Amino acid sequence: MLEVLDVHTSYGKIRALKGISLKVERGEIVTLIGSNGAGKTTALKTIIGTLKPHRGEIRLDGNRIDRLSTDKVVRMGIAQSPEGRRIFARMSVLENLELGAFARADKHNVAADMGRVLALFPRLGERLQQKGGTLSGGEQQMLAMGRALMANPKLLLLDEPSMGLSPILVETIFETIRNIRQQGTTILLVEQNARMALRISDRGYVIQAGYIVLHDRADDLLRSDLVRKSYLGEKFA
Amino acid sequence: MHWSELIIQQTINGLTRGAIFACIALGYTMVYGIIELINFAHGDIFMLGLMVSLTLFAALGLAHTLGPWELLIFMPLILVLTMLITGFLNLAVDRIAYRPLRRAPRLVPLISAIGVSFMLENLALVWKGPYVLSYPDVFPSFDILRDVFHLESEIYVTSKDLLVIGVTIPLIFGLHFFVTRTFWGKAMRATAQDPETAAAMGIDVERMIMLTCFIGGALAGAAGMVHGLYYNIGQWWMGYQAGLRAFTAAVLGGIGNMPGAALGGFVIGFLSTWSDQYISARWTNAVVFSILILVLVFRPHGLLGEPAPEKH
Repeated sequence: MLEVLDVHTSYGKIRALKGISLKVERGEIVTLIGSNGAGKTTALKTIIGTLKPHRGEIRLDGNRIDRLSTDKVVRMGIAQSPEGRRIFARMSVLENLELGAFARADKHNVAADMGRVLALFPRLGERLQQKGGTLSGGEQQMLAMGRALMANPKLLLLDEPSMGLSPILVETIFETIRNIRQQGTTILLVEQNARMALRISDRGYVIQAGYIVLHDRADDLLRSDLVRKSYLGEKFA
Repeated sequence: MHWSELIIQQTINGLTRGAIFACIALGYTMVYGIIELINFAHGDIFMLGLMVSLTLFAALGLAHTLGPWELLIFMPLILVLTMLITGFLNLAVDRIAYRPLRRAPRLVPLISAIGVSFMLENLALVWKGPYVLSYPDVFPSFDILRDVFHLESEIYVTSKDLLVIGVTIPLIFGLHFFVTRTFWGKAMRATAQDPETAAAMGIDVERMIMLTCFIGGALAGAAGMVHGLYYNIGQWWMGYQAGLRAFTAAVLGGIGNMPGAALGGFVIGFLSTWSDQYISARWTNAVVFSILILVLVFRPHGLLGEPAPEKH
């Protein structure tokens, strides 16, 4: 479904991605793990068009999307729950969700998706009229994911959904990600919490300093020395 | 005139003046909210609103006080045409002078805006000449309290006060309805709060900027027209003074905050008329800017602005 081929992205003179390639197949959860500054968020921003690659190609179902502006990429079927959630703080929960459906051509299905999102995140349903900025961190994460789902995307990009959340909430969020996939949405996940992310994923990529250094099935990555040492914090005897 | 009547009179005058400031201030604050640029040319769009409506009245041969039917047909027609023209003009200013500089450091479009302001002023100077123009008294002028209600009163509430209020207040509330209730209005607010995330909702950010500039320009044009009808004069440099006060109103209310801009407009309107009456007109600018400084010292984000920026 998504193909990223030898993509290079820079911030001014700083080269953040130095030629990464990855694939996401329909129905998969794929995780991109890596430490701070490795290029995870840059990769997602390049896919959705916030940043433009200066080399390489990105294809969605075979169509090139790397030259399109973000709003057009979104109309092609990619939605994102961004790093730091980026809730519209002065707008209500309901308005945030409605904005998620802004670009849809099939307006008649929006109500059904609203129901689906509120079933996934019942907490949001209790707070529809509340301003986004007054929600707790966990609720804001739910809203960011719900808002992205309101676009009914083929591919959902999730940037650090567990960041700053309590362990119980992290469990809930990952459980929800699994549910979203079961409902038929393909997911590309970026996480620092490598253990949790790989447990729910089919495959994973390890990104270091702008390069993909390892790529395998998720359970194999969980057993690999590199991942265990660098990202799971395990000590070797 | 009794002192209490004087206060009421000046408050009515302040309301009228404030309504015009509020209309201009809204355009400042909307454009700032979405592209973080103080559009220095905005006051000149207001001035051109006056010039354009003046030309339209002349083109239709309307230099006399209009009768009821003429009012009903031509006032809305000329108002709408003026708003369309100044709206598109403001949109063109953004396209030509600001959009190519979208990714430049913030000082660069600011300088461009000052340049546009000079260009528009000089355009008006060449077009209409350096004189004080007399704006035809097309709107019938009479005193409401005495002529209509036959009250014994020293206070004047004229038909022109009602004209200003009748045009500006519905525009202000219409705008409020648009941004809080409609789909496009909400998308516009979302873009102002966080353009990058708005784009990730599938919102075309450039189109929202165009919409914002159009609305801001149209409001300034309407304010220019009612200003002309109310005061019956206009001059090529008048946008500078009005723009400065309206900008002050926008900052006073909290730049980027739309209810704040409307409130700020009325506050500046009241302050400036009271100052004209009780201190001296030549001190009014000093009074207005002193109040602005005081507000900014104690409430740097303005009366209704929010302290923490939401931009990422």
